[in-house]
Amino acid sequence: MQLTGSQMVIEALKAEGVKVAFGYPGGAVLNIYDEIYKQNDFRHILTRHEQAALHAADGYARATGEVGVALVTSGPGFTNAVTGIATAYTDSIPMVVISGQVATPLIGTDGFQEIDAVGISRPCTKHNFLVKSVEELPLVLKKAFYLARSGRPGPVHVDIPKDITAETGPFAYPDEITMQTYKPHTRGNPRQIQKAIAAIKSARQPVLYVGGGAVLSQAAELVRTLVDLTGIPTVETLMARGVLSATSEHLLGMVGMHGTYAANMAMSEADLMIALGARFDDRVTGRLSEFAKHAEIIHVDIDPSSIGKIVEVDYPIVGDLSQVLKELIAGLSDGFEPERLSSWRQRLSNYSTIHPLTYEDSAASIKPQWVVEEVGRCFSAEAVITTDVGQHQMWAAQFYPFDGIHKWVTSGGLGTMGFGFPAAMGAKCARPDLPVINFTGDGSILMNIQELMTAVANDVPVINIILNNNYLGMVRQWQTFFYDNRLSEVNLEKQPDFVKLAEAFGGFGRRVTEKRDLLPAIEDALKSGKVALIDVVVERMEHVLPMVPTGGSLFNMILEHKE
Amino acid sequence: MKTERRVVSVVTLNEHGVLSRISGLFAGRGYNIESLTVAPVPGSEFSHVSIETQGNQRVLEQIVKQLHKLIPVLKVIEHEAENTIEKEMAMVKFPINESLSDIDALCRAYNGKIANVGADFIVGMVTDEPRRVANFLKAVEKYRPTEVVKSGVVAMERE
Repeated sequence: MQLTGSQMVIEALKAEGVKVAFGYPGGAVLNIYDEIYKQNDFRHILTRHEQAALHAADGYARATGEVGVALVTSGPGFTNAVTGIATAYTDSIPMVVISGQVATPLIGTDGFQEIDAVGISRPCTKHNFLVKSVEELPLVLKKAFYLARSGRPGPVHVDIPKDITAETGPFAYPDEITMQTYKPHTRGNPRQIQKAIAAIKSARQPVLYVGGGAVLSQAAELVRTLVDLTGIPTVETLMARGVLSATSEHLLGMVGMHGTYAANMAMSEADLMIALGARFDDRVTGRLSEFAKHAEIIHVDIDPSSIGKIVEVDYPIVGDLSQVLKELIAGLSDGFEPERLSSWRQRLSNYSTIHPLTYEDSAASIKPQWVVEEVGRCFSAEAVITTDVGQHQMWAAQFYPFDGIHKWVTSGGLGTMGFGFPAAMGAKCARPDLPVINFTGDGSILMNIQELMTAVANDVPVINIILNNNYLGMVRQWQTFFYDNRLSEVNLEKQPDFVKLAEAFGGFGRRVTEKRDLLPAIEDALKSGKVALIDVVVERMEHVLPMVPTGGSLFNMILEHKE
Repeated sequence: MKTERRVVSVVTLNEHGVLSRISGLFAGRGYNIESLTVAPVPGSEFSHVSIETQGNQRVLEQIVKQLHKLIPVLKVIEHEAENTIEKEMAMVKFPINESLSDIDALCRAYNGKIANVGADFIVGMVTDEPRRVANFLKAVEKYRPTEVVKSGVVAMERE
């Protein structure tokens, strides 16, 4: 079959089962967009900024586990996309990003809208391709999808010069490929697994440290089986929220800088740490020299370079978490005595009782934590929750009653403000059956506010709940704690009228200043069927607690703050 | 942890951009490349890249793992000094009025020879172990070399 390069792109997306692509047209991708116009196999959502197209594709991927697809033009189209690519890269989200490039003869001449796109994306993609001929395009596209979703997933960038999108060549799209130089290890080393099983059987104070890998490997059910079988106390990273049910008696909560006291003490006092698809991020470990001082460490990860990168590991297991968990569960089904952990469990349970995750509710004002809890009581696990970045993100992570994966979408590694709203649109396209709630801040929401137009034009009714404290709250909190309350450039007293702003775009807006008005506002927003901005005026000086100061030890937490 | 010198060989698909992936990996993490030698492996689609680097054990381990992680990389060989033959090459240019016979003798002593004698300059060349090449360069200092060009290290396991 002879096709143009543009037709090849369409056929490849069809063959990969792509249902929605997010993008923004421009000069270098005119030929591709001409073919998009002619097809009816997948939906294209025109965002109002390339960054949003990337975050939307990312949100789609996180809400489904499938590869997200974004399409942008050369030059500024691509550079606008970079933040979105880097966001996905840091959280290992499978994505294929197709960008246009100036025509081959113009490359290197400073042509109009030319930029060295593969040079820019190299450090923030799993892999990238500059397509050199129409003949190689089908295989490049196949490789891009294969690389994005296999092994440790990640974004793959394909840069296609404009002339190649017009040229004709033979098209054959393979169902499967193997690559000589890329073979991810999926099966863990059996001897290491046996040693790990023995270590787990003899540990007195083990802790399961579950990371985003459990979501990427779709291993939540297996983690739950392991936890039920052994009763090992478990902590989740920000990326792993929902792997266990919030109601699980074995879940100590989130670990790290804003984790629970019990979770952080479990990490500090454990004699065996079992890391499942987690990467010992500095927001989790706190001061490294004091981290898990008494513990041997089992580390299961599909990426060998994650193992031993931050901490020394006693039992390294390179493999796909689901496969390794099956073997661990088989080995622990026999000869593991949950009773031996009872005094350890008791101790941790006491920690939870002494210092529970809590806040002081107020009748006079709206506490942001209360908003998260109230939304949680309303929707429980029957919603996709997305966030932007800052205090509201941590409150959502701490207080939302998660249960299950693909329902929690947050920029963990890169911490990208402006992520939440477009990611929520992506998630809504993936899960039109569920309400999609974006917890955001008065700072973050303005970083991609133009997407109100996308949501209205494409009928993507997500609900943004702005926890509005008129501050860049997280920075303000650090300035209060660590800079003697010198509040430098964080005051957001001047704000738009968010209600009128939503309405100007054709969406639903509501300002909430009383607790009793919150749920009616959400109900009205759902009933309206429109994208919504619910502007909730919350207590200005509320802090995210507990907190481990940067460079501090996990066991040394700020538990309360007195003015 | 103490800093060690290490030579790492990388066998990688010979495609555009691959050297930039390798050097970017070092640059982005603040690792050093002391020397670098690249050439196609004859009769194959691969290139052999020899990298001389240094770092503590954790850094060296990360370098090897990160190199493995690059999609076009087939194989990474960490050379252990005792099992490895290492060679590098140097060319040195001298003014014609220096003693030709002295320079010739020195070059021969370090596995080399006079490569060219022109109207104004003599060029000597040697190929030897990195430590011996360094000694050679020290030994010829008194003949007032005007230019020195060194290759990177290439390495091969003995067995």
